[in-house]
Amino acid sequence: MTKKEIFINSAFKENAIWSQILGICSALAVTNLMMNSLVMGLGVIFTLALSSSTISLIRDLIPKRVRMMVQTLIIASYVIIVDLILKAYMPQMSKALGPYIGLIITNCIIMGRAEAFAGKNPPLDSMIDGIGAGVGYTVVLMVIATIRELFGFGSLFGIQILGEWFTRWSIMVMAPSAFFVLAVLIWIIHGPIAAKVGK
Amino acid sequence: MEINAFIIFIASIFTSNILLTNFLGMCSFLSVSKEVESSVGLGLAVVFVMTLTTALNYVVYHMVLVPLNIVYLQYIIFIIVIAAFVQLTEMMLERFSPVLYYSLGIFLPLITVNCAILGVSLFMIIRNYSFLQSIAFGAGGGLGWLLAILALAGIRQKVRYKFVPKGLQGAGLSMIITGIMAMAFIGFSGIVVIQ
Repeated sequence: MTKKEIFINSAFKENAIWSQILGICSALAVTNLMMNSLVMGLGVIFTLALSSSTISLIRDLIPKRVRMMVQTLIIASYVIIVDLILKAYMPQMSKALGPYIGLIITNCIIMGRAEAFAGKNPPLDSMIDGIGAGVGYTVVLMVIATIRELFGFGSLFGIQILGEWFTRWSIMVMAPSAFFVLAVLIWIIHGPIAAKVGK
Repeated sequence: MEINAFIIFIASIFTSNILLTNFLGMCSFLSVSKEVESSVGLGLAVVFVMTLTTALNYVVYHMVLVPLNIVYLQYIIFIIVIAAFVQLTEMMLERFSPVLYYSLGIFLPLITVNCAILGVSLFMIIRNYSFLQSIAFGAGGGLGWLLAILALAGIRQKVRYKFVPKGLQGAGLSMIITGIMAMAFIGFSGIVVIQ
């Protein structure tokens, strides 16, 4: 596989959220505002890229029995870096995201990529694979967040788009809408789009 | 303001259910809820592990991390505590209660990566709970999770043989059911409020 194929494969064909239904905790939790989703997505891309390449670098040194633990610790170290950067430069954002930054550690996407790809492939390929998976995740997050913020607050990235005439759908700000929007998204992708692509 | 531990317990089951309002533990929630029996098994394991790891993490955080001023290591330490606890529980169960081991044991490894467990510990730190409050929060959170997965498993068994549009089968349908459940749980929100 070429580098480009690796990227496309992990970003779209094997997209964690819609094809494997992994890592949706945070996908649901932070998507009420687009800005939050973007920062969360960047955090995940950073963690995925670096942890995938690190795990791939030392893949021959890790004993099979303890590899889960080693992988978790590597991921946790990078998440701490993300957390500290956010706390230092974007304290407001760090407050808004709350525990969800820390929960990147238990985000199944990262462990999933480590198991499925980084454990068997060279570091550079693993890094591209990690970035691809992260980008795929961010795209889904942004789609959900666009819908929720537009209808919930009438704004995009905090800028008011819809005027005074617009009645805000308060359900879009609350928890249930996250489930509905994601469900419809999965429905569209598994139904019409899958039929067209011919999976 | 000091909130009564019992109120936190009730609130974390109903009004701020960690699954339905904070979206924690979704992965295993969706994959295990096919059967009522295994849902009960996983749910009970979550209640047990969540209550005790929250207490343990509270002690570790306030007795070790804060005095040594290494609070930024909390993620690593918490995940080690959780993993070690799960491992120990598994070994003890296997040794002392094989029956329980066969019914609950298979779910224990799943729990290490269940984000609800880590999430509750992190919420406990962010909200500055006392020890008693933390235990109430951990137990309530676990019971709330058990309640949610049990409800979904029951509903999924009912809709198994109904007609569902093709693209919506599986995860999509579960997600919509969960959304409706979350709306129903909003109905509880008048009882107590914590933040």
